Amino acid sequence: MPSQTPSQTVGPFFSHALTPSGKGYASVVDSQLADESTPGTLIRIEGQVLDGSGEAVSDALIEVWQTRHDGTYPDGTDAFRGLGRASTSADGRFWFQTVKPGALSGNGAPHINVVVFARGMLNHAFTRIYFSDEQDANSEDAVLTSVDPARRPSLIASLRDRPGLPVYDFEICLQGVRETVFFDA
Amino acid sequence: MTSKRILNPRDWSSQPRQSHPDYKSTLLRSQQRSLVPLAQSLSELTAPVFGHGDVTREDADLTRNAIRDGEAIGERIIVAGRVLDEGGRAVPNALIEVWQANAAGRYVHSQDQHDAPLDPNFLGAGRVLTDSAGRYRFTTVRPGAYPWRNHPNAWRPAHIHFSVFGTAFIQRLVTQMYFPGDPLLPLDPIFNATADADARQRLVAEFSTDLTKPEWALGFKFDIVLRGPQATPLEP
Repeated sequence: MPSQTPSQTVGPFFSHALTPSGKGYASVVDSQLADESTPGTLIRIEGQVLDGSGEAVSDALIEVWQTRHDGTYPDGTDAFRGLGRASTSADGRFWFQTVKPGALSGNGAPHINVVVFARGMLNHAFTRIYFSDEQDANSEDAVLTSVDPARRPSLIASLRDRPGLPVYDFEICLQGVRETVFFDA
Repeated sequence: MTSKRILNPRDWSSQPRQSHPDYKSTLLRSQQRSLVPLAQSLSELTAPVFGHGDVTREDADLTRNAIRDGEAIGERIIVAGRVLDEGGRAVPNALIEVWQANAAGRYVHSQDQHDAPLDPNFLGAGRVLTDSAGRYRFTTVRPGAYPWRNHPNAWRPAHIHFSVFGTAFIQRLVTQMYFPGDPLLPLDPIFNATADADARQRLVAEFSTDLTKPEWALGFKFDIVLRGPQATPLEP
């Protein structure tokens, strides 16, 4: 039987292939997953990627995969694809516009699956975004409650207290005392 | 929880180390805490579905997909292979995205300051879907080696970046394909971050006379193996 192909870093020069919007090449996927016509509650995730010294990572690639608003995963039959991709800006920031995912039936709290790539990362890293306004569901989520309580906040995006489109802030720390929880998925 | 089959874990004897000090950029970006175990659910075992609306024929020909006033310059090559899982099963409709430097060793990217010419007819980006047997094929030019600042007189061996989506989100793979016989390979800290020599060899394409097209282009074979289903069912 064949063996796994090793991962290699995404490197610094992926954008003309993976996030080419505005660069003269069509994108397969970008950071806007949904709009007003998508069933569900439109939300925005805003975040920043930091390295082990707290410096912004300006060349990270973030991908998300999530359920529809009803907790089912897209199967290619509707406009909402459930996949998003963003590269970080010079100050390490990224955003996604999507709908708030529903919880999988009988299985914990709503979340968005995340994979992080960057120059200097030889392997990609899996994490999850949970939501600060889902405290009851979060407290019963088997994955979230399996994580050391001291590190759990790194998985929870915080809802900004402001009117209008809900915005959740989510920081990704690649290394250090505030290192984000990454999963052996 | 789900009828989907559980996948093998990442094989850490095949995968690179997290921190590899010879590759300087890992020093502040590699993970230092232990990964937290995660039971596989639909979140891990489903994946986005891609179709023929996502790719065009031109996407698979990097010598022609960015033409302004002529064909891309360089040694034309064909790269082809299969996407499989560890069980040897084909992965159909897998989206493969590729990117690379041009024949002179220069990326289109604005941050690439290597003093080598850009080719106005070469973007260095393409994509292709695997067919029902997991096969893919694209045409490009052989990328050049280029210098980087990791250590004195450091040069990256010629390589093509690959991004692959399987049928499960956790099969996601980003890797690099290298060329056989490249004298820079033993010196490259990224290639050598994978400790196991057999695993490293899986990153090196094979020259193939079968894929080589007479009077046209050399052919290279590069198969990609994603995580596969566990051999032993987990049911009690």
